[in-house]
Amino acid sequence: MKTKNIMIVGVGGQGSLLASKMLGHLLLNQGYDVKVSEVHGMSQRGGSVVTYVRYGDSVASPVIDLGEADFIVSFELLEAARWLPYLKKDGQIVTNTQQIDPMPVIIGAAQYPENLTEAMREAGAKVDALDCLSLAQEAGSAKAVNMVLMGRLSHYFDLPEEAWMQSLEAIVPKKFIELNKKAFALGKHA
Amino acid sequence: MRELMLGNKAAARGLYEAGCCFISSYPGTPSTEITEEAAKYDEIYCEWAPNEKVAMEAAFGACLAGQRAFCGMKHVGLNVAADPLYTMSYTGVNAGLVIGVADDAGMHSSQNEQDSRHHAIAAKVPMLEPSDSAEALYFAKKAYEISETFDTPVLLKMCTRVSHSQSVVELGERVVPVKPYEKNIAKYVMMPGNAKRRHPVVEARTKALTEYAETCDLNRVEMGDTRMGIITSSTSYQYVKEVFGEKVSILKLGMVNPLPVKKILDFAASVERLVVVEELDPVIENHCRALGLEVSGKDVLPICDEFSQNLIAKALGEEVPESRALDVPIPVRPPVMCSGCPHRGLFYTLKKNKCTVLGDIGCYTLGAVAPLNAMEMTLCMGASISALHGFNKAGGPENEGKTVAVIGDSTFMHSGMTGLANVAYNQSNSTVIILDNSITGMTGHQQNPTTGYNLKGDPAGKIDLEALCRAMGFARVRVVDPYDLAACDKAVKEELAAAEPSVIISRRPCALLKYVKHNPPFTVDPEKCVGCKACMQIGCPSISIKNGKARVDETLCVGCGVCSQLCRFGALGGSCGKE
Repeated sequence: MKTKNIMIVGVGGQGSLLASKMLGHLLLNQGYDVKVSEVHGMSQRGGSVVTYVRYGDSVASPVIDLGEADFIVSFELLEAARWLPYLKKDGQIVTNTQQIDPMPVIIGAAQYPENLTEAMREAGAKVDALDCLSLAQEAGSAKAVNMVLMGRLSHYFDLPEEAWMQSLEAIVPKKFIELNKKAFALGKHA
Repeated sequence: MRELMLGNKAAARGLYEAGCCFISSYPGTPSTEITEEAAKYDEIYCEWAPNEKVAMEAAFGACLAGQRAFCGMKHVGLNVAADPLYTMSYTGVNAGLVIGVADDAGMHSSQNEQDSRHHAIAAKVPMLEPSDSAEALYFAKKAYEISETFDTPVLLKMCTRVSHSQSVVELGERVVPVKPYEKNIAKYVMMPGNAKRRHPVVEARTKALTEYAETCDLNRVEMGDTRMGIITSSTSYQYVKEVFGEKVSILKLGMVNPLPVKKILDFAASVERLVVVEELDPVIENHCRALGLEVSGKDVLPICDEFSQNLIAKALGEEVPESRALDVPIPVRPPVMCSGCPHRGLFYTLKKNKCTVLGDIGCYTLGAVAPLNAMEMTLCMGASISALHGFNKAGGPENEGKTVAVIGDSTFMHSGMTGLANVAYNQSNSTVIILDNSITGMTGHQQNPTTGYNLKGDPAGKIDLEALCRAMGFARVRVVDPYDLAACDKAVKEELAAAEPSVIISRRPCALLKYVKHNPPFTVDPEKCVGCKACMQIGCPSISIKNGKARVDETLCVGCGVCSQLCRFGALGGSCGKE
């Protein structure tokens, strides 16, 4: 199988590392070769962050380049737009509609662009936009946005629910498993 | 067992399997997790040293005592440790000694983009360079074999994309070889007479290692189409494979110092066009040129920044996928000080007092970005204090009255103490501010000599910063709480005005530490808020202006209360201070 590419983007501190960990676990269990590339250090402090997940028969590069992503999973709307150039021609965006102002917007040096979901669709991207924060809060914690997104992403994969749950259970601390399962289900069925 | 593993964790696994028993390191992105992961093996003694030089010397001592040892650092850390490295090349080792150094092409979290291979060449020590996690594990083990066979420390060169990528590895068993210590003055005491006799040994070793490079399994040829032959290493190899697969011939170098000669000449002779694909400096390329080969490299590929598959594809005439972007400008999202960051209040004070701030390496370097813009120099670990001394000696009272150095607790222990000793000794009227957030923050919360805990989180020796500064001769040492703006303002004003050198310790633990209790989020009273934006001056990511009024993001605010001290209308309310 040709290598498939999933990008997970968001704002440092939003919990994207857990999402990539879950995907890595899931895809390795399916027998694929997998590479996951993370960012540590300074950009984790509220900066724009990206994690690359690649899988297939044999994966070489650990990163995803412009025009290569089959999926962009975004924790924040502006970040989906920022990384749009990485989306493959027929790629799919799955994004949280939450908006977090970056510092240039906070101090009034820049504007947070309006109608980004529509703009991305006009640019020819398939966009699945969802208020993941509300769903995560409904599940019991604002921190479960990552599992809402994973639930939503699972729509686009031909994998049994059991496989996803197995990976969720493997990477989430025991006392938070039920909460995360609920968040996953809310994302999946939203 | 097949497992998806981070490159740094795989390197740690390699150390474990190779029987490494002693690790001393200083944290630095992207190298940190090698030591953190190794510390999870009970069989390996692991510690954070105050700096890389100390770490390397400690590891040397352990290898001398007969245990396989390791020290890890980022690329700039190797500069700090260069002094012992260059002479350890002469002494050689007893048990194996491996030095992990992680480069950061692309400067994801670094102040420069230097290429560590130059150190390997200059110090005349072998350097291995893995290209994924499986190789990180294997090369770490191989490094010990080479270290003991050739009697030399070995550099294991990682880079951001190898360190922080997960790929599949197979695990092996741990084997622990031990070599008892034997007294050998001629080998281990590097005074001129002995060193003169060791230098030819080093040169002979390099020759032997070059022979080894011709045949060892670290360097391999993958023959494909012979119209183009690519010599490459590290993560660049992965990009080349991504672009070309089997379509080109590849000489993949796992040992980048010393480089083979015959292997390269033979490979060059077997292909029509020879290209070197390497990030940063043209090290392999220059070697090829010295061998008289016609080669392409930095004429088509950049020296600056990291590579990617598309970059290599374009440079070598291959197609890249189409891409699209929105017409609207996307505002940048630079990293910022976190909500509740204790550095914020102090930097606001420095900005308000129009101080010239000489900075250092850590989260607090973010004091240089808008809206605080309260830092004017950052060079390397410890430079804030040393440079302040020079700045004040050269500029006199005019500089002394408004210039400060800011340095974190861990950076102060790393190499700020020696700068402070110079202030105390040569008596510049300097004001030094130690930002003591009780942790090494930027690299992800490592303990240090001031925190009272060791790498494993167990209680450890704790250096008393106030007592240390007083012992150096500073009569004016004071501690402030950076959440208290009035106290910060008073301290900064008074110490800058004082006619003698002084130290201010701005003390409050990092807001991200698990044990730090947060106050409930602040709220804005819309009746009282006039939208004056006074609270916006501190650059807190929790505060924004919506419809002409301040708004606090409840999911981010930790109730530090710094913003409320700026509000003249009492519009920002919370329970801060009512513990």
